Amino acid sequence: MSSPAVVVSGVEKRFGKTEALTQVSFDVQHGELFGLVGPDGAGKSTLFRVLTTLLEPDAGTASVLGLDVVRDLWAIRSRVGYMPGRFSLYGDLSVAENLSFFASVFGTTVEKGYELIAPIYRQIEPFSSRRADALSGGMKQKLALSCALVHRPDILFLDEPTTGVDAVSRREFWDQLQALRASGLTILVSTPYMDEAIRCDRVALLQSGHILEIAPPGEIGTRYPLPLLAVRGAERYRLLLALRSAPHVHSVFPFGADIHFTDDRAHIEPRLAVAELARYIGERGFRDVTVEAIRPGIEDSFMELMPPPVQRAS
Amino acid sequence: MTTTLGAFIVKELRHILRDRQTLTILLLMPLIQVILFGFALRSDVRNVRLVIVDPFPDYATAALSSRFGAASRFRIVAVTPTMRGVEPLFQQGKADIAVVFEPGFGSRLGSGEPARVLLAVDASDPNTGTTMLFYARAVFASYEAELGSERGRPVRIVPATRMRFNPTLESVNLFIPGLIALVLTLVSALMTAISLSREKERGTLEILLVSPLRPWQIIVGKVVPYLGLAFANVLTALVAAWLVFHVPFRGSVTLLLAESLLYSMVSLALGVLVASLTGSQRVAMLVALLATMLPSSLLSGMVFPIASMPTVLQVISNIVPARWFIIIARGIMLKGVGLEYLWRETLVLAGMTMLLMAVAVRSFKPRVG
Amino acid sequence: MVNAPVVNAPVVNAPAIEVTSLTRRFGDFTAVDSISFEVAAGEVFGFLGANGAGKTTAIKMLIGLLAPTSGAARVAGHDVVKDADSVRRRIGYMSQRFSLYEDLTVLENIALYGGIYGLHDAEIRRRSSAMLQSLGLVDDLVGRLPLGWKQKLAFSVALLHEPAVVFLDEPTGGVDPITRRQFWELIYAAAARGTTVFVTTHYMDEAEYCDRISIMVDGRIATIGTPAELKNKWNVPSIDDLFVRLARPA
Repeated sequence: MSSPAVVVSGVEKRFGKTEALTQVSFDVQHGELFGLVGPDGAGKSTLFRVLTTLLEPDAGTASVLGLDVVRDLWAIRSRVGYMPGRFSLYGDLSVAENLSFFASVFGTTVEKGYELIAPIYRQIEPFSSRRADALSGGMKQKLALSCALVHRPDILFLDEPTTGVDAVSRREFWDQLQALRASGLTILVSTPYMDEAIRCDRVALLQSGHILEIAPPGEIGTRYPLPLLAVRGAERYRLLLALRSAPHVHSVFPFGADIHFTDDRAHIEPRLAVAELARYIGERGFRDVTVEAIRPGIEDSFMELMPPPVQRAS
Repeated sequence: MTTTLGAFIVKELRHILRDRQTLTILLLMPLIQVILFGFALRSDVRNVRLVIVDPFPDYATAALSSRFGAASRFRIVAVTPTMRGVEPLFQQGKADIAVVFEPGFGSRLGSGEPARVLLAVDASDPNTGTTMLFYARAVFASYEAELGSERGRPVRIVPATRMRFNPTLESVNLFIPGLIALVLTLVSALMTAISLSREKERGTLEILLVSPLRPWQIIVGKVVPYLGLAFANVLTALVAAWLVFHVPFRGSVTLLLAESLLYSMVSLALGVLVASLTGSQRVAMLVALLATMLPSSLLSGMVFPIASMPTVLQVISNIVPARWFIIIARGIMLKGVGLEYLWRETLVLAGMTMLLMAVAVRSFKPRVG
Repeated sequence: MVNAPVVNAPVVNAPAIEVTSLTRRFGDFTAVDSISFEVAAGEVFGFLGANGAGKTTAIKMLIGLLAPTSGAARVAGHDVVKDADSVRRRIGYMSQRFSLYEDLTVLENIALYGGIYGLHDAEIRRRSSAMLQSLGLVDDLVGRLPLGWKQKLAFSVALLHEPAVVFLDEPTGGVDPITRRQFWELIYAAAARGTTVFVTTHYMDEAEYCDRISIMVDGRIATIGTPAELKNKWNVPSIDDLFVRLARPA
C-alpha cells in the first residue's frame, strides 16, 4: 500500500497552560513496528489518545488508516486495537469473560479472533476462569493484549504495555510483538525503556512534547556529535567523581558496568581521547581501569539530545 | 512545634485548608442546610383548602362560611350543596378539609339545640390533619362564644370528625411512601454514579470509547441492570411496609410497582449525569448524595408540607422528582386512586426521565479530557 | 561471602542487615522460604526478583511492617520483631507508592518528617536549606515538581534523620535516563557517607551499579554476589540475561 498507515502533521495539544504536544509530525508505514520512546510526561499517552480519537488536537492534523481522527472517529474506532496503560481490565471478571466481552463490543466472537491471539492467549488459557485481578503482572499484560487483538484490528496502539512488569515478561511480550508484526500488523508502541526501543523498526524520541529524532534504532547513535568512551574499573564512585573533573569532560554517566565519558572535542581522534583519559586516570591513582571508544547507543543519544525537565517557576 | 504529634496535626490542617473544593462543600453545606431547614421546618399549617358543603344555607352557615373565607389560614376552594363533589376533590388532592353543615343548622342553634357539623379531613398527613381540625374548631368556638354572648345563653356547635384515608392517624402511613422514595433515590443515583466513575478510574472506559460502542449504548448499558436491582429494592420496601407496618394498600399494586420503576429511572439517569460531569468516584458519590438526599428529604413534602414553605422553595420543589412520586405513592396506597387521577404526576416523572437521559448522553463526551 | 571494597566506609563489626532463615507463610502458601544473607555497613545492595517471587514480602519484614512466621532478622543492630521501634528510628524508607505529600511544599514536607523523627526546629531548618541547595530546588508545592525531582527529594527526605540503613523500593520508575543516573549518584554519595542502601529495581542496568546483588525466585535466594562474580559464575554477559535465566515469574 502506498499511503502510510498513520500520518501526523503539526499536531499540538495543550492542557491549561501546559503544552503536552508541540508541532509533532511523523508517518508510520503499514506493517511497521514503530516505537515512541521517552520518559514520564513526554507526551506519549497524549499522542496515543489523539491517534485513537480520544482527544482532539488543538492544531495540526492526524490520520489513521487514511481516516481523519477528528471527522472519522467512529470509522477509526472500529478498526483500532488499543491497550491504554495500567492494563485496563475488569478485575472482577474472569480471563475468559474479559476476552468475550471485548470481542462482543466489537461485534465479533472469540472464535473468530482465536487464530490471531492464540500464541499469546494459549499461555493464559489454563487460567481462563481466574479473576483478572488475581493474575500476575505478566499475565495481565498478555490478557490485555489478547483483548486488544481479538477483533482483528488493522492497527494496534500499545501505551506503555511493559511498565511495572518484570524483565522476563517484558522480553516475551516483545517476542510476541515481533511475531505480530511479521504477520503484517501495524503496531505503535510507547515505552520508557530504551532497551526495548532497539527491537522496533523505527523509533521516535519524545521529550516534553517534542520529537527529538526519528530513525531506525541502529541509526539513532550515528548523529551523536562527540566522541564516546567507556571506562570500566573498581571503586566506581571515586572513579565517577574523578572523571567529572577530567580535562575536556562534556558529560559523565554510569552505564551498567561501565561509565560513559563524553569528550567535548568534536573532531578529535578517538584513540587520542582514550589515551589522554587513561593517562589522567592513572595519574589519579586508579589501577586496573580500562578505557575504550564505543559507538553511542540509543540511550546515549537520548541523553545528549535533551536535558531532563527542570523545576517550573511558580 | 516539632513534637511528633504536633507535626502530624499541622500536616492534617494543611491538607484540609488546601483542598479548596471539599472545604467549600463542608462549610457551605451546613449553612445551606440550616437555612433550608429553617424555612422548611414548619409545624403550623397555612393555606388549608376548604370545601363547604351547605345543603340549606341560612344566617348561621353564611356567617360561618364568611368567617372561614376571611381567615388567612383557610382558602375556600368550593362551595357545594351536596356531598357528591367532595370525594373526588379529596382523591385528586385538591381539598384538605370539608365542612359539612347539617340541614337546619341555623334554626337548631336558634332554638338552643346543639347544631351538628361534620369535619372531614384529609389525614394522609396525620400531623397536618389534626392541626387543620384544630383551626376549624377554633373558628367554630369563637362563633359559639360570640353568638352566645349576643343571645345571652350558651350556643353549641358539635363537630363530628372523620379522618379520611388515615382513620387511626398512623404517622407511619405518612412516612412510608416518602421513605420508599428516599431509599430509591439514594440507591439508584449512587449505584450508577459509582459504576460509571469506577469505569473511568479503572481506565477501561478508554477502551470502551475506542470501540464501536456509542455513548448512548454505554449509558443505557449502565442503567438497565440497575433497574432490576431497583425493582428488587421496591419490592422489599413495599413488603416491609405491608408486613411490618401494616400500611394500607388501597390501590393497584401493579400501578405502584410501575410508578416506582419509573421513579427509579429518574434517579438512575441523575446518577449517570452526575458521573459524566464529575472526575473521581469520591466526588461522584459526594455530589450524588447531595443532589438527592437534601432535596428529597426536605423539599419533597415527605415530612414538611410544601404548602407551608416560602414561595421560592415551593417553586424549587417542583423540580424535585421525589415530590411527584410521593403524591403518586400516597395516592395509590392511602387513597386508592388510579392513573385517571395521577396521570399528570406520572407524565412529569416520565418527562424528567427523558430529559435527564438526554442531557446525560449529550454531556457524556465520546472523547476524554 | 565476599564483600566488595566499599569507599570511605566506617569500620564496623556488625553487618547492617542480618537475615537468618527468614520465612513467611500465608496459609498454605510460602511467600518467603527460609532466606539468609548479610549486608555490610555502607554497602549498596540490590535485592532483585520477579513480581511474585517474594521480594516485597521480605522487605516488609525487614522494615517491620510484617511479622515473620519463623526465622530472624536484625537491621541496624536491632531485632525486627522484638525491637521494632528501635529499628524504625534507625531506618529510612522510600517507595514508588509512598510519596511526599503533594499539597505541601518542600519545606513543609521536610518539617513534617523532621518533626516525626524528633529533630529540633533549628536542626530541621539547617538540613532543609542544605537539601534545597544540594538539589538545586526552590521551595514550591511538591505536586508541581516533575517526577524526577520528587523522587530525588523523597530520597533526601528519607535520609533526613541520618538513618543507618535506607530501604528503596523501585525508586526510579518512569523518569528520564539522566535523572535516573542522578538519583544513583545520590545513592553513591549516601553510601560513601556510611549509609547502607538496600534497593530493589527492575532496571537491570541499575543492578550493575550495586556492590552486591541477590535474585529471589519462588521465595528463595537463587544467587547472591557482586555483579562481576555472578556474570562470571553463570557465564552471562549481563545481569539482564542472568535474570531472564533464573527468574521465571510466578
